[in-house]
Amino acid sequence: MKIAVASGKGGTGKTTISTNLALYVAGQGYDTVYFDCDVEEPNGHLFLRPVITKKEASSIPVPVIDESKCNACGECVRFCEYKALVRLGKIVMVFPELCHGCGGCTIGCPNHAIQEQEREIGIIEAGQSGKVGFVHGRMNIGEAMSPPLIRDVLQQIPNKEVNIIDAPPGTSCPVIASIRDTDFVVLVTEPTPFGLNDLGLALDMIRELGIPHGVVVNRAEDGNRDAESFCEKRQVEILAQIADDRRIAECYSKGELILIGVPGVQKRFEELWQAIRKRLMA
Amino acid sequence: MKEIVIISGKGGTGKTSITASFASFAATKAVLADCDVDAADLHLILKPVIRNRTEFRSGYKATIKLDKCTGCGKCLELCRFEAVRDVTTWDKLPGIIYTIDPVACEGCGVCVRFCPSQAIDFNEEICGEWFISDTRFGPMVHAKLGIASENSGKLVTLVRKEARRIAQEKGAEYVLIDGSPGIGCPVIASLTAASLALIVTEPTVSGVHDLRRIAMLTKKMGIPAMVCINKWDINQSITEEIRQITDSLGLQFAGLLRYDKAVTASQRQQKTLPEYSSEGVVRDVMNVWECVVGAAEQKGFKKGIDHNGNEH
Repeated sequence: MKIAVASGKGGTGKTTISTNLALYVAGQGYDTVYFDCDVEEPNGHLFLRPVITKKEASSIPVPVIDESKCNACGECVRFCEYKALVRLGKIVMVFPELCHGCGGCTIGCPNHAIQEQEREIGIIEAGQSGKVGFVHGRMNIGEAMSPPLIRDVLQQIPNKEVNIIDAPPGTSCPVIASIRDTDFVVLVTEPTPFGLNDLGLALDMIRELGIPHGVVVNRAEDGNRDAESFCEKRQVEILAQIADDRRIAECYSKGELILIGVPGVQKRFEELWQAIRKRLMA
Repeated sequence: MKEIVIISGKGGTGKTSITASFASFAATKAVLADCDVDAADLHLILKPVIRNRTEFRSGYKATIKLDKCTGCGKCLELCRFEAVRDVTTWDKLPGIIYTIDPVACEGCGVCVRFCPSQAIDFNEEICGEWFISDTRFGPMVHAKLGIASENSGKLVTLVRKEARRIAQEKGAEYVLIDGSPGIGCPVIASLTAASLALIVTEPTVSGVHDLRRIAMLTKKMGIPAMVCINKWDINQSITEEIRQITDSLGLQFAGLLRYDKAVTASQRQQKTLPEYSSEGVVRDVMNVWECVVGAAEQKGFKKGIDHNGNEH
């Protein structure tokens, strides 16, 4: 079973929910792995502090032109949708950072002058944090495209009972690459105008993808029903609420798991896990 | 004219609240640009009145014409983005034809070009909309990326270009850019050739980790950067650590912002912080603004930043 944790807005608590949920679920006796797909700014390792046992590069294939065979016909330049190939006089130049690695130029070159070479865009590390399996990707600084690395991180999905995927913020391609093949998505929000506006965008996205989903309201305040009314209006289930509590903020700031560090939090994760299970069994 | 980008690496550190406050302080001397195109929030405070809306067309998507597909499977073999899905059909042999998952399609055109039956269309995509608006603090350029769309970097570039054009026309002193979290394509597009980046961080282990990465990106791109710490009083020892990191990375320090409930309270009233109050965190934001303006005006600011961008 694959469960993703996403949000429109950044900083609502995706990593807090996903790392602690992974710990909770593993504690229930399930074989559990945590995947950090926020490869631009991965933070899960700061909380789970895994022992890394495997490290490998993630790369995409980019074209390399054999100048002895290239007659600068320009076929590849015309074909490339990403303007990663440019003809300058009698030579064709490659701009590898613009290349999406589709392979079209290589297959289509009439002179067979193009070969592909792997270009590293980031690294993948895997290991173990107590009972929780751990995988994350870390994109190299200056790279623009995270989806190929995210797809590589998710390729590491072993045959475990519960796979928890920590998605990046936003609603565009990196998020979609992280959640598109999951069974359930937990959307984390906070009861502020920004939080709820971005939850609305995330709901639009997830309904387009057609994945079952529910909401966790983080930093919930007594007497503030904004999130409840919003979720009622958008007809989405609230799976659990986590109170706005300075102890949680301080525990998080130090890189500690709130399931261990803050009394009473255990109950919230139990509710969340039960709500997810109920939805997945239905 | 200076282009000031507010970024953070980590999400939710307060970029938009700070950008809106800066808009207030700059009064009408700035043009505003919301470059967080896939989760835009600045409009919730600035309440722009849209004067001009334009479709954002970018890239293509492949679609298989089911009547022409022979089920040969060439597209499935060539597609590297897992966008080709098979469909069982009872109408023809071999019983399987293919469709393209529009969400996974990267718009590369490989299947279109190499389909032996020319059964695949390639249509330009509408990936969202962008707007030129009026706000009580001056013109604003903003956008909405389409649901599950791509090309956010290109949309950011477009928003910035328009904001710059308007600023030049009006003789505005600043373009204030609200950036997106992360370090990938929309962030790179927000930073390219900007005058100055203000990195907003928070005193948490995640804040520190993400600050290092975004600071490496600004260095690598040669963009002068300053750092401010939001909610500094949540963890004073990490705040101290960030100040040391800021020094060691050769970045300028722009100030501390205290934790203050006024931030969400002003958001609920759709007001900028200076419109909501004149005390507490508002004074901190004011100091940061003065620091940023001072640095933006100062010549040779780039000195002291080395450009070798290695991760440490």
